[in-house]
Amino acid sequence: MNSPSLDSMIVTLVTFAPLAGALLLVLLPRRDRDIRIFSLVVSLLTFVLSLHLAVYFHRAQSGFQYEIDKPWISSPNIHYHIGIDGISLWLVILTTFLTPLCVLISWKSVHDRVKEFFIILLILETALIGVFISLDLFLFYFFWEATLIPMALLIGIFGHERKVYAAVKFFVYTMIASAFMLAAILWLYAHTGSFDFVTIRDRVLSGAVPGFPAAAQWLFLGFFIAFAVKVPVFPFHTWLPDAHVEAPTAGSVLLAGVLLKMGTYGMLRFNLGLFPEQARSNAWWIVILALIGIIYGALVAMVQPNLKKLVAYSSISHLGFVVLGIFSFTQSGLNGAMFVMLAHGVSTGGLFMLTGILHERRHTYEISEFGGLAGPTPIYAASFLFILLASAGLPLLNGFIGEFLVMNGAFEARAVYGVLAATGVIWSACYLLWMYQRVFYGKVTHPVNNSIGDMDGFEMAAVWPCAAATLVMGVAPILWLGAIDPAIHAALTPFAQVVSKVVGQ
Amino acid sequence: MTMPAAFVQTSQAIPLGVDYIRILPELVLSAFGILVMVLEPLVDERNGQKVLGWIAFVGTLAGLGSTWYMSMSPGLAFSNMVRVDGFSVFFHFVIIAIASGVILSSFEYMAVQRIRAGEYYALILFGVVGAALMSSAIELVLIFIALEISSISSYILAGFRRNQAASSEASLKYFLLGSFATAFFLYGVALMFGATGSTNIDAISRTLAAAPAPLLVYVAMVLLLIGLGFKVAAAPLHVWTPDVYEGSPAPVVGFMSTAPKAAAFAVLLRVVFSINAPGRFWLIWVAAALSMTLGNVSALVQNNVKRLLAYSSIAHAGYQLMAFAMISRETSGDGISAAMFYAASYAAMNVGAFAVVSHFANAGERYVTLEDYEGLGRSSPILAATLTIFLLSLIGIPMTGGFFAKFYVFGAAMKAHLVWLTVIGVVNSAIGSYYYLRIIVMMYMREARKPAPVTPIPATLGLALAISVLATLYLGILPNRVLQYAQESAQELLAPPSSVPAPPALQAQTALPQ
Repeated sequence: MNSPSLDSMIVTLVTFAPLAGALLLVLLPRRDRDIRIFSLVVSLLTFVLSLHLAVYFHRAQSGFQYEIDKPWISSPNIHYHIGIDGISLWLVILTTFLTPLCVLISWKSVHDRVKEFFIILLILETALIGVFISLDLFLFYFFWEATLIPMALLIGIFGHERKVYAAVKFFVYTMIASAFMLAAILWLYAHTGSFDFVTIRDRVLSGAVPGFPAAAQWLFLGFFIAFAVKVPVFPFHTWLPDAHVEAPTAGSVLLAGVLLKMGTYGMLRFNLGLFPEQARSNAWWIVILALIGIIYGALVAMVQPNLKKLVAYSSISHLGFVVLGIFSFTQSGLNGAMFVMLAHGVSTGGLFMLTGILHERRHTYEISEFGGLAGPTPIYAASFLFILLASAGLPLLNGFIGEFLVMNGAFEARAVYGVLAATGVIWSACYLLWMYQRVFYGKVTHPVNNSIGDMDGFEMAAVWPCAAATLVMGVAPILWLGAIDPAIHAALTPFAQVVSKVVGQ
Repeated sequence: MTMPAAFVQTSQAIPLGVDYIRILPELVLSAFGILVMVLEPLVDERNGQKVLGWIAFVGTLAGLGSTWYMSMSPGLAFSNMVRVDGFSVFFHFVIIAIASGVILSSFEYMAVQRIRAGEYYALILFGVVGAALMSSAIELVLIFIALEISSISSYILAGFRRNQAASSEASLKYFLLGSFATAFFLYGVALMFGATGSTNIDAISRTLAAAPAPLLVYVAMVLLLIGLGFKVAAAPLHVWTPDVYEGSPAPVVGFMSTAPKAAAFAVLLRVVFSINAPGRFWLIWVAAALSMTLGNVSALVQNNVKRLLAYSSIAHAGYQLMAFAMISRETSGDGISAAMFYAASYAAMNVGAFAVVSHFANAGERYVTLEDYEGLGRSSPILAATLTIFLLSLIGIPMTGGFFAKFYVFGAAMKAHLVWLTVIGVVNSAIGSYYYLRIIVMMYMREARKPAPVTPIPATLGLALAISVLATLYLGILPNRVLQYAQESAQELLAPPSSVPAPPALQAQTALPQ
């Protein structure tokens, strides 16, 4: 069963299965129903394949697994070097988990240019997985940029009123930011002769790269700015609300669920992995930005009249926790950051699907247009409440675990960080519950809302897996943390060295 | 790489048979050009145009074939005036391939615009002869002649929409400024001769390697750079580009933004890297930074697609000039191969983009503004999808040739420790993405307010588009072979010349005390 050939091919299979599906889709005739079924089958197949990764993953082991390292281009020295560790494993599975749900939620809401929609969606999935599995900096940049076009197209073609503005803003923001990362990658290549992450890391950490100390701060910033815009860290966040509000539901789910995590994943992998000393010396202002993000995001979310914008700003707040956890340099902070990434992916993905369901019926996201929905749509209201509580951090659901670990780590690093972060949890309860009250409780304020239908089968099939996942992750987080912890431990090893160096002097 | 024995050949009075093989593509293309001109009065005016086009197309195929044949006998020819090496074979191939693509995409344009085709195809073939010869000539005077052959054909081609004032204006502007620039080039050749006693690049290179370069060499280099900078449309010598591109027939723009430009880059590479005068680069760096920035910033506000692509071509000249960011002879190979790869992938995507533009523009080039492209994604999905691929390649998105092209030049600049230039480059390429994206936005995300009629794609154009798309994707996914070939020929180019004996005058001069 666990044959070596399958083991070496499995990551490649998972990555390119959606792309192969997209290519086949090009050849399929324009019969919308067949196209939807085909996309669902492809994305489910990818999900099942990706489960192989989790099942046969050696949890206690910290290095990269399922590694393949084949030369792709001889000069410059670019390799098809892929592999996953406890950090990337779950992000890949998060991607493959959310994509079939995106297909389901778009089953009825996308009825124009259906073929194009699903082709773009599947290409996007390949690019997203590619980002997490790449161990070659060139390959990483390749996939990183490759996510841009499908996402911009999803927003720009299938979005709402101001879709073009949002798509172009999203594209230009992230493109300009990642240009700096490209410059940093090229610098590393010019001075090490390699794009290989592991090789570069080893040489950087052993001090074998000429000119590195002088350039390291700039290289750190080059990577950081690309990631910070993607996360987004305050004050680079302004593209996010626009992109979310205009994006179609599936676009929002993948944007919030996976795309933002590319940024935090990048910080964890590259900023911490390659530049531990710079990460430490820059941590103070990054942590301040993260705290501003947590509180500012929450406060702005509170006053949003637009349901989807509210969820978008809550993402900024939650991602602030992730950045805080990463730059606390504590075992529990980083474990928590990883867990928040996954939990946020599932719960916010669910919330975006739910707001999309509402938009499908009323073509508006304005909170004031709703009220008393719990009466006409009980199933919808219950599902919404469940996922909302997960997002607010109720114990036994997944949001709690991650935020608790991050705050624990923040307290360890500096108590005031923990105190400020804790207020974020309170704010999130405020804005989410207040929003829930205005939308679902009380009397039905607009008669038209009496006649909107409850969730249909496809919508339940899309939302309930998210709800189930929030519960399982909240009850048994060890299933995830068991694989995350050794990888985090390995990621923190250089920091232990830095500390001992300082102590040694 | 070892030197083939042919390089050790000394000059002789009577050209050998093999000498003619080394200019076989030029001979074949000239023969086909003349054939087209001779046949033109004989064929029937309406249906004969296509026949001439096919003859010209076959001519380019024969040119490609003879390039392959030529590549098997590398060496010097005609008293060391022409040098066939990997470098010139590469550029021959690129330039002739461009011509065949342009000819295929011109069939429909000729018919729709009611242009008499005989001279047109002949001029394209002659232009290719000049451009191809530029890449293999190593004698500055011969380079000048080749440059003039290629330029004069383009001057006339620019004015081919005879009933349009804009086209005549483009032709005249191009002619006046172009002649001015080639005069600079010629002046540079003269000064170079004065400084080193030779016009042969190999001989000049050896003289300068032996003794410190006199000031005159620098002046000569600057003048040569001005002449060639004009041809590649590098800032600040770019002002002619937008007007000329806007007025010229669209397929011609596809031709002259790629073929003569690739040839000028070939000369630039040969001159700069062979002559190897120290301290010559900062001028090119400044030109690169200026071209990128001016080109991209001006393109942001363009509303005419041809003008937009003109500014984009200025920006791309800037990226390509970054390949000259070398600090030592050892690392020069990277820059040369990057520039060669860039020329090839830019040719693929730009010829393709202009093929789409010229098809869509319709009779009298009526539909060339951005608004006309609204809703093209719906009215002609294939045309929109192909144009999107070319535009993504121009942006430099992974999986397309444009991505690797940029990646290699940026990498070369970084390797030369030119961090500032690399940063300007990457930021520019990000800014540049905006205006290409605008066209994609128009095609897919806007509904047509007044739909432009889209005629079905004729088979010849379809073939040209298919070739361009395949080339763009091939260079973007499997760039290895092309790049490797470019790197090998770059090493060949950099290998110290050993064959040409220094002329007596030169020896006398170097013996003089400085």
